[in-house]
Amino acid sequence: MWRARRPFAERDKVTANELLEAEVRVVNIGLQAFYLDLRARNVAAVQVDWSPPAGGNPKIRDLLAKLGS
Amino acid sequence: MKEIEEANREALRRIFDAEPVLIDVQAAAEAIPGLGERVVLHAGPPIAWDRMCGPLRGAVAGAAVLEGWARDLEAGDELAASGAISFHPNHHFDAVGPMTGIITASMPVMVVENRAFGNRAFCTLNEGLGKVMRFGGNDDEVLNRLRWLAATLGPALAAGLKYAGGLGLKQIVARGLSMGDEMHQRNVACTSLLLRELAPALARTSREAETLGSVLEFIGGNDQFFLNVAMAMGKAIMDPVRNIHGSSVVTAMSRNGTDFGIRVSGTGDAWFTAPVEMPKGLYFPGFSEKDANPDMGDSTIIETIGLGGFAMAASPAVAGFVGAGSAADALGYTRSMYEITIGQNPDWTMPALDFAGVPTGIDIRKVLETGLAPTINTGIAHREPGVGQVGAGVVRAPVACFETALVAFAETMGVS
Repeated sequence: MWRARRPFAERDKVTANELLEAEVRVVNIGLQAFYLDLRARNVAAVQVDWSPPAGGNPKIRDLLAKLGS
Repeated sequence: MKEIEEANREALRRIFDAEPVLIDVQAAAEAIPGLGERVVLHAGPPIAWDRMCGPLRGAVAGAAVLEGWARDLEAGDELAASGAISFHPNHHFDAVGPMTGIITASMPVMVVENRAFGNRAFCTLNEGLGKVMRFGGNDDEVLNRLRWLAATLGPALAAGLKYAGGLGLKQIVARGLSMGDEMHQRNVACTSLLLRELAPALARTSREAETLGSVLEFIGGNDQFFLNVAMAMGKAIMDPVRNIHGSSVVTAMSRNGTDFGIRVSGTGDAWFTAPVEMPKGLYFPGFSEKDANPDMGDSTIIETIGLGGFAMAASPAVAGFVGAGSAADALGYTRSMYEITIGQNPDWTMPALDFAGVPTGIDIRKVLETGLAPTINTGIAHREPGVGQVGAGVVRAPVACFETALVAFAETMGVS
């Protein structure tokens, strides 16, 4: 049986505090507006150029699965 | 699928094995079979007069005057609207043309022969920047320049090329990449290299010094002269890649200012189209995006062979010219194009990426899996006829045409 060495909430809290005490560096996935806002405030950030496979189109996704790549 | 991977390997082999050589300049009617009276070839997939954008209509009217089919531009418009002019894509005649891409009978075209496969491809001579026919310009200044290209520059180049025994192009492009060209919006190095290679032959075949001087001056004063050479080269490289059953490699990307079209090896000569997008870029003083025409031209044959927006890493200067950002951004554009291509060209390498080869062979499956559309460096034309170039920028191919292409490609593979 798996047991956490300490509660998640406590561990996350410590991590979050440490994160905000240090210089914040952001990897943004999704809406680019968040990345642009951070860059405008001189926060180090990179935007991940990502979109759902096949643009979320199920027919194209199905064909890609069959055709492989 | 194993069959697709094998077919794509064959496509890549044909691209890498190509031996494009600039061998001649001829009048289009002489070089291109079937280019008869009142036939206008244009950039992009097929389009009728009523759907043509402003610059393309302006160029058609100008070409009608140039060829003597109409006494003035208004009469040229009326002639085109009446159905008396036959319009066809350059790609259907083994040709390509930048922006409006107009080719008519009297225009001189460069002839590039792919000596590995025996095919030839054609492209007009580059007219220079600003108010020119490829950007929809059509006044006397534009037409007189075209007459000079036909009467003076074309014959001079033809004589020089024959004397020199042709000009191998792969080597020039390889050197150009190491000198900061990407061959779409920056051709200053390759133009200089071409001039250096051809100048002795031009001098030895020239009948008089003034003509020689004007020819050297025109080529040397036009940083984009090599663009049209590279386009004819691109067409000559990609045509033998057509019609490989099972290959999902793109053999042509092209725009007419209204539609963006692609062709895929495994689906033959079918066009898959979607509305063109608007370039994002920098504008000349006095112009802005509201003046711009959407994306146009056959020049995307440059990206189809792994240059232009795909080779932006080789050309930090072009990133600034087209408003694409910093030199680091230029590296990013090229890196992202590796995600949608099947190989790296061993002959065309980029120093800034530790001499990695340019990303080559666009796979429609990879475009759709990643959602990364091909990056294209492009000039921007004014939306009204007769004005000309107003800027330069970056544009993406519309993903929708890759989707329709994939559906058709799947049918050829018996997949639905």
